[in-house]
Amino acid sequence: MKIKFILESLGCANCAAKMERLIGKLDGVISINVNFMTTKLIMEVEEEKISVIIPATEKIIKKIEPDVILKKI
Amino acid sequence: MNKRLWRIIIGVIIFIIAISIKSDLFWVKPVLFGISYIVVGASVVWSAIRNIIRGNVFDENFLMSLATIGAFAIGQYPEGVAVMIFYGVGELFENYALAKSRKSISSLMDIRPDYANLKNGDEIFKVDPNDVHIGDIIVIKPGEKIPVDCTVIDGFSMIDTSSITGEAVPRDILPGNELLSGCININGVLTAEVTKEFGESTVSKILDLVENVSSKKSNSEQFITKFARYYTPVVVILALCLAIIPPLVISGAHFSDWLYRSLSFLVVSCPCALVISIPLSFFGGIGGASKHGILIKGSNYLEALSKAEIVVFDKTGTLTKGVFNVQDIHAVNISEEELLKITAYAESYSNHPISLSIKRAYGYEIDNTQISEVNEIPGQGVSALINSKIVIVGNIKLMNAMNISYYKNELVGTVVHVAIDNKYVGYILISDEIKPDAAKTIKALKKSNIKKCAMLTGDNKIIAAKISNDLGLDEFYAELLPNDKVDKLEKLLSEKSAKGKLVYVGDGINDAPVLARADIGIAMGGLGSDATIEASDIVIMTDEPSKIVTAIKISQKTIKIANQNIVFAIGVKIIVLVLCAVGLATMWAAIFADIGVTIIAVLNAFRALNVKNI
Repeated sequence: MKIKFILESLGCANCAAKMERLIGKLDGVISINVNFMTTKLIMEVEEEKISVIIPATEKIIKKIEPDVILKKI
Repeated sequence: MNKRLWRIIIGVIIFIIAISIKSDLFWVKPVLFGISYIVVGASVVWSAIRNIIRGNVFDENFLMSLATIGAFAIGQYPEGVAVMIFYGVGELFENYALAKSRKSISSLMDIRPDYANLKNGDEIFKVDPNDVHIGDIIVIKPGEKIPVDCTVIDGFSMIDTSSITGEAVPRDILPGNELLSGCININGVLTAEVTKEFGESTVSKILDLVENVSSKKSNSEQFITKFARYYTPVVVILALCLAIIPPLVISGAHFSDWLYRSLSFLVVSCPCALVISIPLSFFGGIGGASKHGILIKGSNYLEALSKAEIVVFDKTGTLTKGVFNVQDIHAVNISEEELLKITAYAESYSNHPISLSIKRAYGYEIDNTQISEVNEIPGQGVSALINSKIVIVGNIKLMNAMNISYYKNELVGTVVHVAIDNKYVGYILISDEIKPDAAKTIKALKKSNIKKCAMLTGDNKIIAAKISNDLGLDEFYAELLPNDKVDKLEKLLSEKSAKGKLVYVGDGINDAPVLARADIGIAMGGLGSDATIEASDIVIMTDEPSKIVTAIKISQKTIKIANQNIVFAIGVKIIVLVLCAVGLATMWAAIFADIGVTIIAVLNAFRALNVKNI
């Protein structure tokens, strides 16, 4: 299933790329796209693994850009 | 943001004092430099420490902190502070540029209507557009946004469609006209009946497209991402080598010299200029295109469009208006009026554009009691019993099948032959009109290096040939069934060069497979069928083929800007690295070059947004 987030205060384009790479490696993530310009994170994940994927995603984002706030849309 | 700006200003002031002050006390200058450093750089160092704790070591903050603290350590106080100041300025500028371009996309979001005036009896209620249903009556006052797609039942006005179609000229509106949501009512009060709910209305569809835009990265963006991944570690390792190896290997080398050079390397190690300016360029291009009513679904399509080599058009509705009109009536042994009437009656149950044009030409109401046994013969025509006479209406295939000799001609248009009780009574000539800007489009495409313009159509060869001739097309393929269209497209695809792209432009429901197969599929006429929009990569809101030329020009401009930025940023960085390594550039120069490159690249990227003169 598809989940969408807004990454508020995303300021570093390199960081967006890092996030995309690391989150993409998580188990259960089928595809991920982080658009630096629109600050949107759109990912396709295996439904059963959602409860694990979302906190893992948050952790990765916080680690790379601590000031970013993850908002689900 | 403001706090940061203040810190920098104060830091600069103290810095200037520190530089210009004359004092005999050895500690005055260092302390002043130290204070200005803390004012400007404390937050950077703190971020570096915070990130290291979280396990994210090699980021900009760390590299800048390392470089500047290192500078302080070898006594280069002014350099250390200057680097922090310039870095801070660069950051502010990047944030400003980012915010500005992100705002431009949200101003596109401004087309979303916030309310609708629902009319219930004699009262008008302000409601959420989502709460309006098909068949409801709404009122749109001057200055208001049209909330949902609807049809006018009362009122005269002009509407501004520019936010949806990019057309600057307002449209006249009369009762019976359709209104698209997102447009703005200019001067008259309109009462309308809702035809589509908010979620299905034009404005929602556009917002959907726009919000999901740019999700496919172009080759340039992918390259930059990969480059940035390796660039930073490579430069840091080189810096390390530079600090350690030469002092060991070259006799008479001063460690502090090489340490200085190595620290300068660190300053240039951030690929920010590239990583920000390339997505910004593409974003600008896509945003600029949407101002023209051209919605591009991803930066990869923008990139592909700039390499367009072959453009293939659908005929009906794309190059022609798709509105058939009766041009000529040639009757044999009966009057023209009779011929028209009997043909209209035979075609009365059909909704084919050709039948509709005949009925329109006839103009009068059709008395269905006179008609019976209507039989459609696919690919040929129709037969019916009208007032006990057997009437057949159709093309030459039908005439041949019924063994009726017809008027053989080389007329350009669709010829509908008619026979009553097996006797030929004449034909009706119907044709479509070429769009006013179609010829202009083909000419412009040829001028801009498109190698081949071709047309695919299901219509007959004679019409296709004439249109192809009139417009100056290179190739055309006619009388194609939907499957044939895909085959012909494959053939054309094989004729392009390796890097060139094939563009297909269509509007119809049948075009979905061809749109999907082409390198770039462009759907025209705003929001036609969902399948067409799904399958296409670019959607043009209006009916004008000339917008294709605009789209190609925008794509070429955007790619040019992106490439300029790549070459410029990478080139300057490498030059600065080399100069630093051999000692010809100071840390000042390094940070200046770095920030300068960023600012220039970003400003250049903004050029992509400016497409007014295209």
